[in-house]
Amino acid sequence: MAVTRSEPIKTGDFDVIGTSPVRHDGVDKVTGRANYGADIHLPGMTHGLVLRSPHAHANIRSIDTSKAEALAGVVAVITGADFPDPGEHMTKAGEGGAQSIINKSADILARGKVHYQGHPVVAVAAKDLPTAEAALALIEVDYEVLPTVMTVQEAIADGAPIIMAELRTDEDGAELEGETNISEHSVSEEGDLGAGFAEADVIIEAEFNTSTVHQGFIEPMNGTAWWREDGTVDIWGSSQGHFGIRGEVSDLLLIPVSKVRVMAMEIGGGFGGKTTSYLEPLAAVLSRKSGRPVKMTMTREEVLKATGPTPGTWEKVKLGMRKDGKITAAHVILYFEAGGFPGSVLGAGVITALSPYALENQRVDGYEVLVNKSHTGAYRAPGATMSEYAVETVVEEACEKLGLDSMEVRLMNASKEGDMRVDGLPFPKMGTVETTQAIKDSDHWKTPLAPAAEPHLKRGRGLASGYWMNGGGMSSAQAIVNEDGTVTLREGSMDIGGTRTSIAMQLAETLGIAIEDVHPVVPNTDSIAFTGITGGSRTTYATGYAAHLAAEEVLEKMVAGMAQVWDVGKEDVDYENASFAAGEESATFKEAAALLDDANLLVTGSSSIAPNRPGPAIAVQLVDVEVDTETGKVEILRYTAAQDAGIAIYPPYVEGQIQGGVVQGIGWALNEEYWFDDDGRMRNSSLLDYRMPTAPDVPMIETIIVEVPNPGHPYGVRGVGEVPIVPPPAAIANAIYDAIGIRMRELPMSPARVVAALEKAKNGAG
Amino acid sequence: MAAELVAGKTVVSTTINGEPLEIVCEPRESLLEVLRDTLHLTGAKEGCNNGNCGACNVILDGRLVNSCCVLAVEVKDGEITTIEGLATAEGLHPVQEAFLEGAALQCGICTPGFIVSTKALLDKNPNPTETEIRYWLAGNLCRCTGYDKIVRAVQAAAKNLSGGN
Amino acid sequence: MRSIKYAAPTSVEAAVAILDEYGEDARILAGGTDLIVQVRENGRDVGVMVDGKGIEELTRIEIGADGSLTMGAAVPCYQLTANEGVVAAFPGFIDAVSIIGGTAIQGRASVGGNLCNSGPAGDSIPALIVHGATANIAGPGGRRSVVVEDFCTRPGANVLETGELLVSLTLPAMPKNSGAHYLRFIPRNEMDIAVVGVGAMVKLDGDNFESARIALGAVAPTPLFVAASGDSLAGKPATEKSIEAAAAVAQEAARPITDMRGTAEFRKHLVGVLTKRALRGALERAKGGTVNGR
Repeated sequence: MAVTRSEPIKTGDFDVIGTSPVRHDGVDKVTGRANYGADIHLPGMTHGLVLRSPHAHANIRSIDTSKAEALAGVVAVITGADFPDPGEHMTKAGEGGAQSIINKSADILARGKVHYQGHPVVAVAAKDLPTAEAALALIEVDYEVLPTVMTVQEAIADGAPIIMAELRTDEDGAELEGETNISEHSVSEEGDLGAGFAEADVIIEAEFNTSTVHQGFIEPMNGTAWWREDGTVDIWGSSQGHFGIRGEVSDLLLIPVSKVRVMAMEIGGGFGGKTTSYLEPLAAVLSRKSGRPVKMTMTREEVLKATGPTPGTWEKVKLGMRKDGKITAAHVILYFEAGGFPGSVLGAGVITALSPYALENQRVDGYEVLVNKSHTGAYRAPGATMSEYAVETVVEEACEKLGLDSMEVRLMNASKEGDMRVDGLPFPKMGTVETTQAIKDSDHWKTPLAPAAEPHLKRGRGLASGYWMNGGGMSSAQAIVNEDGTVTLREGSMDIGGTRTSIAMQLAETLGIAIEDVHPVVPNTDSIAFTGITGGSRTTYATGYAAHLAAEEVLEKMVAGMAQVWDVGKEDVDYENASFAAGEESATFKEAAALLDDANLLVTGSSSIAPNRPGPAIAVQLVDVEVDTETGKVEILRYTAAQDAGIAIYPPYVEGQIQGGVVQGIGWALNEEYWFDDDGRMRNSSLLDYRMPTAPDVPMIETIIVEVPNPGHPYGVRGVGEVPIVPPPAAIANAIYDAIGIRMRELPMSPARVVAALEKAKNGAG
Repeated sequence: MAAELVAGKTVVSTTINGEPLEIVCEPRESLLEVLRDTLHLTGAKEGCNNGNCGACNVILDGRLVNSCCVLAVEVKDGEITTIEGLATAEGLHPVQEAFLEGAALQCGICTPGFIVSTKALLDKNPNPTETEIRYWLAGNLCRCTGYDKIVRAVQAAAKNLSGGN
Repeated sequence: MRSIKYAAPTSVEAAVAILDEYGEDARILAGGTDLIVQVRENGRDVGVMVDGKGIEELTRIEIGADGSLTMGAAVPCYQLTANEGVVAAFPGFIDAVSIIGGTAIQGRASVGGNLCNSGPAGDSIPALIVHGATANIAGPGGRRSVVVEDFCTRPGANVLETGELLVSLTLPAMPKNSGAHYLRFIPRNEMDIAVVGVGAMVKLDGDNFESARIALGAVAPTPLFVAASGDSLAGKPATEKSIEAAAAVAQEAARPITDMRGTAEFRKHLVGVLTKRALRGALERAKGGTVNGR
């Protein structure tokens, strides 16, 4: 007897969903008790450090670790040679999977060549950090330094230095001939571009460049491993998915997953950057070699230099609009940096670029290009911020040329259920129109921008949309009814931002019990079934779904159990308003739990599910800025972010995801970038000069939660974590244009760039 | 009068969260390292190790400091308050309550630093404006929340501590 | 961090003795917010840290009968910004002191340390220069004083000889009808090193400038005292036109480089903008007004 909900559902339908309980892990987090990866202390623990390449591109001629190995207090030294030959994976993982393991193995500890400054070359473990530091200083590496390529344009130029000689371009599945730095070229197309552009009354063409930016989580990477004499290993770390780490350690060390146990530590932010391992495999091999626990942490400098930032990009957009506002054609060309190895978020950039709009004629060409930088990773709606920055700017330009209100143009062209995405998939139900309308109805939109106080200050307002498809993937949950009527909920999702509670709320809702009576636990990889990463905005959706199904199983079993207790047929037992009843008998959930316990009928329910209708998220954002035309500084005066959450399970945390994503987007738009010198070395690798927003840099962020329930989830959930970072750079660029009449086509729109653009405009240059 | 040079391990007498302690440490060790690795008070976090993120904030002799920029040997006869010293057997400190009620944390790694920093603010300025709050907290980086709910939590804590004025 | 030795002398003489013995390998530790980080990150090679905070002369704040301010080299910024007498008498100096880092930095960092760190962009230094400050030094050869504009010699280095330490800084009393202001440009609103910093002090004689001092930060290997810019104001009417002309002289003198904090062109441009703003602020105070509430 499953609990059913009839559509359409809305927040008012629920008892627990939509409320704001204090999160279950809250007390530990505000008292410092919560255990993050670097907080671990083990008996006999040693400390590991990594020796990294000082060069951005070089062949390794030789490595001499003998002096380091001889240093008193050093317990192990390893190089790439201490890892198994990843070629052995060919049969197991298939060619694509094997190649990515081969590359990953060469990335975490170099094999013969370094592809970026910071590329790990040797790892050591010693009794304490000063000894490990001294050991690193004793290692001699002979490099043959090679010329670098640091931008997409440099890397694709004729005669460019080649980073991986064996690399061939994959063009939609076919392998092109010749050495190259282009690892991939994909084409996604719908309709007839030529006809579409012919129909347009205005065509805008523009080029954009965006800098590499880092996820900027406050907790640096860490990894601790303790090898056991029976060949098993325990791992502690900072990861968005401990099963993912288990899998990578298994693949890289060629040991079965059952020999690897990864603990569920708290994580200090990930935003996509901690979905892969860096230190864990190194710590595991060091521990195996030394027989000691090995703890490794990264400095902030290492995090910035050598862990996957988001790709820098070069982008071209051509967009045609009819005078009535219909977008008739759009062609986007994306060049994404992959970093030192292939594999990037290009695919996501491709399918998001044009997706706020319903287009008959559209094409996105995606190129993935190797450069001598750290292998890029995922950063919150990876790829979408860059691609939609370009498109959203051009849409505004076309509206301006035609004298149209871009709000009305957005509503007119808004993508809806059934419209085609550029890769040929129809959009499911989603809230583009509703979310856009929410901004149009907002107090912010209706409040005219007050003039600036001084003549050198100029104010402007900008609007932008964002689309993110959200992810599904496997999640597992197990619910255990305790004799006191509380329920222990084991679920496999690392809790980066309150998901223990949002998942527990869904279980509580299905069971009809209070949220305080649910006790969520995230166990280690031996103690819960496989669960995918906490990322892709999938956690409240997929793991919540699993919790809901586990709850349904619990109720089925409790009904069967109470039938036994009351000696009636199962069909005679009802569960309504959190009470079981059969004829004259009745018992609350708590009473039933006690009765079942007395009868030795322990009830558990579990589910492992990979739900595949996550439902896209739409964000529409409005910003007011003030530009100091003398210094180029841009202040954010007011910011409103509307977003379709499907149904907001845990509203204050939905707001928090929106506000956090917006502020990351503001940093991306105005100040964050990587500054490389002529040798390909990152110079601003500290939080002093990698400038993330501080509290006085931003105002309060107003949020509007729109609810267009997702039919693909029993409670209508849409993931909320990623899409809020997509619109800010475009919204701010559009606001700057409104303020000073200049289109900023490069991120970040830093003060120096704004001043340079103003100077150029003043001197009459184009 | 020649001053003694301390080299190698030394004993430092200090008071942490009201408790007198003697710490064995080398001059090169920062207060943050000693708190986390020697005393296992891991509430203070290392986010940058160079004074730019505030995750290591403690209160030293009444002043908010970055414990990564203080040597353990410098806190001889000092009084230190860490995040672990805020709650009592009676319960959470009002600032901790306010952060929880206000959902002013997501991953929680910056939270101990923010709470210690907020306590230091409200001890000095019980009724700060929004601007004063934001500038006081400029040295505490948060990447998850966008600061909105943190500022509101500080305002709520201020109101609570000053008797609801 | 590398292994270090630590000493906590209680007199200037004891400190001098240690510095003299260990030479280049020893440095005074005041707030530590620069020194500890530099040694940890291998930016400075220091084997002996000599804690100055236990020396009374280094921690004293004194406003003399003549209105001059003498502050110990190890006095932390927060003590200066909390000192009502200092804030009232030297608001243009406090402009700089109060923005050296955020709250936690202010709790430890000192003006003396900021000066001895001798960074081209140190916020306190242009402010000290335009106030006519002198650096009071003690060493094996006795005591001496150096005007602050002569203190820094190149990025990270200064005139202190082996065995010498900065004991205190003296700011002469502000003359009547004078005012000073310091401001900087940073990309965020706090927590950044100045891309450009400008300090200005002006003295009025009726409606004219009698004299002025202008100093620039982050546009040369050391903070730059631009005598020509200040001198160009002597006898000129206290108007926006004069201010613009002086700003142009300052711009001419600036020799910025392009680095990760700014391009040379942008810095040159900012010198013009900020010099005008600094002079306007100094002028406002010279006329008895306030800037940013002080």
